[in-house]
Amino acid sequence: MADIELNAISKRFADVTAVDSMSLQVSDGRFVVLLGPTGAGKTTTLRLISGLETPEEGSVHIGGRDVTSESPAQRNVAMVFQQYSLYPHLTVRQNLEFPLKSPVLKTPSGEIKNKVQEVAEVLQISHKLSNKATELSGGEMQRVSIGRALVRSPSVFLMDEPLSSLDAKLRADLRIELKRLQSELGATMLYVTHDQVEAMTLATEVGVLDEGQLVQFGTPREVYEDPNSIYVATRLGLPRINTLPSDLFGAAPTGASTIGLRPEHIKFGEGKECTVTRVEHLGDQTRLHVELEGHRLITLADVNSAVGVGDALKVAPKNPLYFDADGQRIRH
Amino acid sequence: MSYSITEPSSRQKTVAGFLVITYSLVTLIPLLWVFITGFKTPPDSISYPPKVFFTPSLEGYVNLFTTRTRVTPEQLEALPPPANFAEEIVRNRKMVIAGPSKFGERFMNSVIIGFGSTFLSIFLGTLAAYGFSRFKVPLKDDLLFFILSTRMMPPIAVAIPIFLMYRKLGLSDTHLGMILLYTAVNISLAVWLLKGFIDEIPREYEEAALIDGYTRFQAFYKVVLPQAATGIASTAIFCLIFAWNEYAFAVLLTSGNAQTAPPFIPTIIGVGGLDWPAVAAGATLFLLPVLIFTIFLRKHLLRGITFGAVRK
Ligand SMILES: Nc1ncnc2c1ncn2[C@@H]1O[C@H](COP(=O)(O)OP(=O)(O)OP(=O)(O)O)[C@@H](O)[C@H]1O
Ligand SMILES: [Mg+2]
Repeated sequence: MADIELNAISKRFADVTAVDSMSLQVSDGRFVVLLGPTGAGKTTTLRLISGLETPEEGSVHIGGRDVTSESPAQRNVAMVFQQYSLYPHLTVRQNLEFPLKSPVLKTPSGEIKNKVQEVAEVLQISHKLSNKATELSGGEMQRVSIGRALVRSPSVFLMDEPLSSLDAKLRADLRIELKRLQSELGATMLYVTHDQVEAMTLATEVGVLDEGQLVQFGTPREVYEDPNSIYVATRLGLPRINTLPSDLFGAAPTGASTIGLRPEHIKFGEGKECTVTRVEHLGDQTRLHVELEGHRLITLADVNSAVGVGDALKVAPKNPLYFDADGQRIRH
Repeated sequence: MSYSITEPSSRQKTVAGFLVITYSLVTLIPLLWVFITGFKTPPDSISYPPKVFFTPSLEGYVNLFTTRTRVTPEQLEALPPPANFAEEIVRNRKMVIAGPSKFGERFMNSVIIGFGSTFLSIFLGTLAAYGFSRFKVPLKDDLLFFILSTRMMPPIAVAIPIFLMYRKLGLSDTHLGMILLYTAVNISLAVWLLKGFIDEIPREYEEAALIDGYTRFQAFYKVVLPQAATGIASTAIFCLIFAWNEYAFAVLLTSGNAQTAPPFIPTIIGVGGLDWPAVAAGATLFLLPVLIFTIFLRKHLLRGITFGAVRK
């Protein structure tokens, strides 16, 4: 296993800058999750690390070695593709064997058999081993695609939304399995997801991307509690952070134009008067939609709370986050 | 009864089947006529009205493979009894077998030149098509147009320059010369057809193979080629059919050593009267390799294309 270091890498496609002088350090054995909306450059970042794309500027180091001009095979990375990319002319078993039979690895056949069996069990696809890759459901394809990475012992794992097509239960199972495998192997993992829970539970560090730039990097807690900007603050947390004019509750720090309120930043029973417009019972949480002087707020209530539509409440901020006119955080 | 929207109803299937069978019958009648003429005796083959029912004979095939000389009845009497059925058929016509004909040799020339040029066209065509499909080639569009433009005139339009060039280069009447010529004609078709097929194969598969530790060439060989099998098979059939049936250049450039079957078969007519059964026998045998080749590749043609394990 190895660490990854990106030094100010950039990648342009015609007139889009997919990755914009990004620097990133992933230490050995870390599980780094990349977050960002569609088009932020997450896939392109992984492709630059794997060697499927070469950067116009900057350099990529894996395990302390400059690999910028090396081929993917030389870099020895495993990648789970967003679009699966299973070999359609091969069976599931042959797909899983494929990396082990490569000229780089040339694994003995007994070992291949054991590895494939082991990985198939972890991913719950043992019963599909003799199916053609095309005769699978989307979720099954996705698991085979994860399996093709897991049969190897690469220097780093790159996974592009590997659990996106699975149902909730399987996703939860595999999330735990992936974390277990990663810590057992001491693997370095770079992982792309849109799923909050995955980001918060799997990551040792989270990197937030915006238009090809890395805008914040830190532990999930840091990124959640201490975001650099509104953009970062909206990436984590459900329900999403509420943003309101900063002077709504009276005095605000100088330069602040927006106040950001997560549910835990809202205190009931004092402050401004507001009305409940909707109550959503989600089982493990109850969401309140309230209207405050023409602004809409979403927050959490006690699961057993008896609040109903039309009720009047008083709310006040408690240690909120302030942002300036550009959306940058104001720390005091 | 359950039914599916995409599955044709049984009535539609019956009608379609009926049309296909009718069409096949119409197109196959001439071939059938050639086939049965090969088993007639020469008098039966030219009788009027034409004979549909007749006693089959192998005389056409014997005549195709042998040269014969006429002998006097006395000489015939003096010979020992015929050693095999071919001898017997020939003696009934008051002749003896003088030796093998050139048909076997010419047929082998066709096989060598036809399959040789098909292999070469496919080999070069696949590599070129892959290169055009996957890499940034300078002036790609112009090059592709140039390659296609070689098909914009009938090949025979350049017969005279080629004839002169081949004579200078010593390629006239050689296997190599004919293989190169047919490859040159076929390669533009091969590049264009194969590029279409390879364009359809998503790059993601090769990328996955590169990540899995393979070089680009190995990825091409292990991942692209198997998926291009349908395209390669159909292109190979087109190339073989052209090279196999080509007549004009074969007449012009070959006379002995490298002569193929198409210019040879008609010359059988000249040997001792109008020997239609021998010509028909030659034509029948001539059809077989393409037929066998097509049946052999049919699995790939009908297999359809499996693009399904990539999420679009
Ligand atoms: N091969 C390419 N050619 C041209 N533009 C590209 C190419 N690949 C990516 N881009 C552009 O680069 C930008 C970043 O794309 P990328 O695939 O990295 O986004 P992403 O963060 O993975 O998004 P998603 O969450 O939708 O997968 C996008 O604007 C995209 O249109
Ligand atoms: Mg992506």
